[in-house]
Amino acid sequence: MESNQIIQELKDKYRSIEINKNSVTVAEEELLPLMRQLRDVYGFNYLTDETAVDYKDYFEIVYNVCRLCRGDMLMIKTKVDKEKAAVPSMFSIWPGAVWMEREIYDLMGINFTGHPDMRRILLDDNFEGHPLRKDFKWTGGREV
Amino acid sequence: MEVKKPSPERHPVEELTADPVIVEQVKRTIALAPLEKLLNLARANSLWPVTFGLACCAIEMMAAGGPRFDLARFGYEVFRPSPRQADVMIVAGTITKKMAPYVRRIYDQMPEPKWVVAMGSCAISGGPFVDSYSVVPGADKLLPVDVYIPGCPPRPDALIHGMLLLKEKVKNPKVVESEPWKAIK
Repeated sequence: MESNQIIQELKDKYRSIEINKNSVTVAEEELLPLMRQLRDVYGFNYLTDETAVDYKDYFEIVYNVCRLCRGDMLMIKTKVDKEKAAVPSMFSIWPGAVWMEREIYDLMGINFTGHPDMRRILLDDNFEGHPLRKDFKWTGGREV
Repeated sequence: MEVKKPSPERHPVEELTADPVIVEQVKRTIALAPLEKLLNLARANSLWPVTFGLACCAIEMMAAGGPRFDLARFGYEVFRPSPRQADVMIVAGTITKKMAPYVRRIYDQMPEPKWVVAMGSCAISGGPFVDSYSVVPGADKLLPVDVYIPGCPPRPDALIHGMLLLKEKVKNPKVVESEPWKAIK
């Protein structure tokens, strides 16, 4: 089944889906069942990439999923509230999400509920703040 | 008791024997010097670096150890996998704040006497990452550095030159302490 057909089918089932030019935006509540359906029904068996964007009013998590047997790719996005900064983890669907979600937590400060090992991955454990956030302020470095 | 001062013309062995064969052999094969100087001569000519690379500079360090540049010509090729067997640490690359405690620990595990070479911009001052939230601005924030090698990364030739400067420093520690420019040839 082609990607645009899949998106149409999903649109009928999940009310919150918005179809953009190259991606699909879905509400956080429907994210987990949608992803599970993508893997189990449509065979998207590989989470290529998971990353996050810091917009002015919200965070956005971006998932790229693909089918290894077909080679086509789907980009799914979800908006996250800045105050709450938590989304369900994809660990139960694609276990490979573990480190990508740890990286997002480390640099963006977004918590993943249901993640088995929510620690920093790149920075020191004692590091304060999340440096890829736009409001991250840091002083130090070279001597004046 | 009268202490005989050795005269500058006469070799000490001539006090003991007049046999020209023995005198000649002793003069040819035996050199007298303070023990510390002899040890420094030995140290300077076979520095053992610890196998330790942090970033791209380590690639140049490996190239310097390989057959094309052949650091072995000068006796520095024995990269030791354990800090306890090494006596020079080539800090080759960016020191991140997460890595800093381990860099210091490896240095502390090396036996005395030990030396540190800061290789490349990052190890000298943090390089292009000096304003980063995760990078230590220079190896000298953690360790006493003996030789700085500029470059990003320095060529293997530059590393070899740096090691030869370190050799001069090991051989002439007093000169380097007071007049460092005299050690550079």
